[in-house]
Amino acid sequence: MTKKTKRGVAVVGAGMSKFGAFPDKTSRDLFVEAYQEMKSTVDKGLDPAQIEAFFMGNFSADQFEKQAHLAPIIASWVGLAGIPALRLEDACASGSVALRQASLAIASGLYDVVLVGGVEKMTDLPIGEVTDALASAADTQFEIPAGFTFPGFYAAMATAYLDEYDASPQAFAHVSIKNHKNGALNEKAQFNQTIADIMESKKQRAAAKGYPVPTWNNELEFFADPAGNPNIAWPMTLFDCSPVSDGAAAVLLVAEELAYQFTDTPIYIIGSGQASDGALTERDTLSGIPSAAKAARQAYDMAGLTSDDIDLAEVHDCFTIAEIMASEDLGFFPRGEGWKAAMAGMTARDGVHPINTSGGLKAKGHPVGASGIAQVIEVWKQLRGVAGERQIAGNPRIALTHNVGGTGQTCVVHIFERRD
Amino acid sequence: MTTYTPESKQFFTALQDGKLIGSACIDCGHVMIPQRVICTRCHSDNTEIVEFAGEGVLSAFTIINVPPTAMAEAGFSTKNPYCSGIVTLTEGPRISGQILNVDVANPQTIKIGSMVKMTTVEREHNGEKKIFLAFEVV
Repeated sequence: MTKKTKRGVAVVGAGMSKFGAFPDKTSRDLFVEAYQEMKSTVDKGLDPAQIEAFFMGNFSADQFEKQAHLAPIIASWVGLAGIPALRLEDACASGSVALRQASLAIASGLYDVVLVGGVEKMTDLPIGEVTDALASAADTQFEIPAGFTFPGFYAAMATAYLDEYDASPQAFAHVSIKNHKNGALNEKAQFNQTIADIMESKKQRAAAKGYPVPTWNNELEFFADPAGNPNIAWPMTLFDCSPVSDGAAAVLLVAEELAYQFTDTPIYIIGSGQASDGALTERDTLSGIPSAAKAARQAYDMAGLTSDDIDLAEVHDCFTIAEIMASEDLGFFPRGEGWKAAMAGMTARDGVHPINTSGGLKAKGHPVGASGIAQVIEVWKQLRGVAGERQIAGNPRIALTHNVGGTGQTCVVHIFERRD
Repeated sequence: MTTYTPESKQFFTALQDGKLIGSACIDCGHVMIPQRVICTRCHSDNTEIVEFAGEGVLSAFTIINVPPTAMAEAGFSTKNPYCSGIVTLTEGPRISGQILNVDVANPQTIKIGSMVKMTTVEREHNGEKKIFLAFEVV
């Protein structure tokens, strides 16, 4: 049965810190930047005293910064001590889970104006410990002892996908190249460089050091060369993986009937879905993410829309294979066709199904708890027509976000609409 | 035969004994690994411990070039990678394990659908030797 909420919710402000590696900043510093930018985007102004609650996505400040109980600290740092402040954790989907719970709290009638945020400060730890912290999003008793890392889980799904659909692994390179092209147009992205830019700087560095200059003729040749693009977990290479990142993002949610007090261009949340699953081994398929398909079905039903109605989507490309699976789980392409669509440019900014115009997790960066909220910021910009150089054509009205926790133990899908 | 209980750590006790255990639902016949009390298909708690033959096929795999710290402690590195995989047991359910007897330097030679047989590997972690589930391609 289709479930609908009884009160609508709109996004009326959205801001984020730059994503990257910031050794001199902590979670709270990053969140203050995101909050200040969010406040500046509320067209008719925001009096912070109107904010009634704070919902925050954060995966593991406990492990990354040895700081638990982060939400009240962050609330205090943005001057909001006193209001309820909650941290929600469902691994990499924490941000979207916070968004969903905040919108349900407004829909319930309890609150009218809620701050939703996400933050993660990951780069303080050495890479081995970051890998271990991320691995704790999987089943540490029964999956991790097999030697799996997160790149490893998605790499295993990639081998299942390649085998099942006789797909070309070159499709993975196309996803990465496309997302870097988009990220190059996003000043907030950790990598605002194309793969071609990165290739060129590697060549220049080699020449400056007197090493043999690599002979890559194009981005695909660079991608296929382990000297430039080493394996992390075969068949996933360095440039198939989203980076380790620091960053924060914030949005302001208000009850639908109040939206025009804040802006003439609210973006409404018209569909929301969330599903869970067991370990990767417990699923019927290894070449798709069942919780994503379930969450998408709930969100489409609530919105009364289908995948054909979506003008653009921000999907959870923690690894390139994940974007290809998402494009099928969300119904943009039939099973086994997502890899061909990626190679044919159908997910580019000018394609039939633009995906990750922000650069995605791959190029924009993946500060875990912030990623789901940063996806909302991109669709908010695109739907309001203020995405600058990366703005897609055709006056987009409907957008979707897809945020996965772990290997799909959680997935959250939201659908957004501009109505004017 | 030793009797095992559904508590999750019992899986490793059984593994020490060279046995791979799970649960079967007496009501609907669903078979699960590792063992658990409540059936994931029909919600019944009328389940019993079963022992698997330890044979199956390789359904997905990866060569880990950048290991987690536990595997690094066991001697693995970018220069000494290893294979992790997901095996579909003959009895139906899937389980993860290190995959042995494969050419990790040439992953293209490793084939999904290959027959595998259960074994165990000993790895040292925090100065303590532990037994882990593994499968070798036969």
